[in-house]
Amino acid sequence: MQFGIFSVGDVTPDPTTGRAPTEHERIKAMVAIALKAEEVGLDVFATGEHHNPPFVPSSPTTMLGWIAARTDRLVLSTSTTLITTNDPVKIAEDFATLQHLADGRVDLMTGRGNTGPVYPWFGQDIRQGIDLAVENYALLHRLWREDVVNWEGKFRTALQGFTSTPRPLDGVPPFVWHGSIRSPEIAEQAAYYGDGFFHNNIFWPADHTRRMVELYRTRYAHYGHGTPEQAIVGLGGQVFMRRNSQDAVREFRPYFDNAPVYGHGPSLEDFTEQTPLTVGSPQQVIERTLSFRDYAGDYQRQLFLMDHAGLPLKTVLEQLDLLGEEVVPVLREEFARLRPAGVPDAPTHASRSAARPADVSEEAAV
Amino acid sequence: MKLVVVSAGLSVPSSTRLLADRLAAAVDRRTPVDVQVVEVRALAVEIAHHLTSGFPGPDLAAALRAVGEADGLVVVTPVFAASYSGLFKSFFDVLDQDALAGRPVLVAATGGSARHSLVLDHALRPLFAHLRAVVVPTGVYAASEDWGAEGLPERIDRAAGELAALLAAARPDHGRGLPDPGPVPPGRGAEPAAHRPLPPERGPVPVPGAPVSEGPPVRAGGFEVVPFAQRLAALAGGTPQG
Repeated sequence: MQFGIFSVGDVTPDPTTGRAPTEHERIKAMVAIALKAEEVGLDVFATGEHHNPPFVPSSPTTMLGWIAARTDRLVLSTSTTLITTNDPVKIAEDFATLQHLADGRVDLMTGRGNTGPVYPWFGQDIRQGIDLAVENYALLHRLWREDVVNWEGKFRTALQGFTSTPRPLDGVPPFVWHGSIRSPEIAEQAAYYGDGFFHNNIFWPADHTRRMVELYRTRYAHYGHGTPEQAIVGLGGQVFMRRNSQDAVREFRPYFDNAPVYGHGPSLEDFTEQTPLTVGSPQQVIERTLSFRDYAGDYQRQLFLMDHAGLPLKTVLEQLDLLGEEVVPVLREEFARLRPAGVPDAPTHASRSAARPADVSEEAAV
Repeated sequence: MKLVVVSAGLSVPSSTRLLADRLAAAVDRRTPVDVQVVEVRALAVEIAHHLTSGFPGPDLAAALRAVGEADGLVVVTPVFAASYSGLFKSFFDVLDQDALAGRPVLVAATGGSARHSLVLDHALRPLFAHLRAVVVPTGVYAASEDWGAEGLPERIDRAAGELAALLAAARPDHGRGLPDPGPVPPGRGAEPAAHRPLPPERGPVPVPGAPVSEGPPVRAGGFEVVPFAQRLAALAGGTPQG
């Protein structure tokens, strides 16, 4: 099982001081957090993609390329890559390039994006969001698998005799997770291709996540990729820890109360009860995270949101120390102990390269 | 048959609730109904949290589910600042946009004087038209003075009779409410619509605005979804793989 962090990349004033980092400070903080993730033994760093203030990561592969050059093991990913408003040709090129530079330590999570104006800014219509996700991904999927693509669709200029370069490393396209909080169409899309399905998990009650994952697993089996238990599931999580849980609550409350998305809404206590947010001791985080498998089954990737709402870099790095030293080692052991035989690990470039002949024949048969 | 009464009065006792109960009893006299009352006041905090956090708390979720499963509705609001109350509107703001499609609704309002009675036709009727509900022709407005004057019982009876007739026509042996409008042409209603968990006791509810598909949608996890190959094929040039 893989453990990692995902960053939204928001520039939010620290509510305890009123000071917001500059964009430069925030970008440098994000990459410092990524390096720390590798240092403390985490497996994955994923960055969001946004095209409006107060967010800084508009160019994910630039950032991930920088991190790739300074890390050795960390898998570089996104949370999410906008499949609706990015040109699928550019996604194919950018991530294949990154894959070569990072020696295969790359996957990505596609998402639609929910910021209304981003669609028209990039020449699209939010009401076509699902159709854009369907058509653009269908093209991306082919660009990475067919050397010469002739293509015509509803949303993009036609392609005649087009070859996306560079070709994927070792002929193995980056693994794709399809991320969606509430659209069953996207879980269905992930299942159809046999790709991964990631549920953000952190803003909604567990029962909703359970049903989305159940849909994905059921349909994954329907399309013949394996049993429902073999489907590739990722989940988000959100934690704030101190050794003494009361200290964690006291320190995190002002950040929670003023956070983007849910700030000025439910109380910390209500939100902790109704969503996977856990504020407390490392042991509480371990117990809560293990409980995710009660509703999502045995899954492959757990990403935590650690660096948002104006938390200072120093605090985030302390959180990563706790995560890497006290939480993740126990979670690795416990998840492995509980996991039945036959549930696969998260796909990596190495595992997909090794399985490549099987993949090729499987695709020919679809 | 299940009748859900949404009452948005704030005081206790409330003349809005009084009117709501009179209307529900009048409907029940004509066609027997199981009545469930949703007092919006009790949901005020959860509605505000839903607006900020994006998901309903447990009591609000139960109320929204009840409204979605109702065969018909009676909705009653006090008049605030020349319209329905903001809380009443917020309850319907967080309701799934398709929850009331094709369902009969009786609209009613209360106010201090008769001067605001057009709130029924200028505010409530457009709101429920937007939600694609079937609003019965007679709306009921009760000013304070109406509780001591002639005419209110007759209006209650007429409106309740209209709602009861629609409910009776929608009984299982009569089919479900309005005739099925048939498939929606492509390109209309592009917003994703298949999010609402389906009430278990009914078959799949046709979702207006869902994409046209060749075959039936499939169900899993309590969702209903168009098989992917059909969705892909519906897009020009999007040939399914293999």
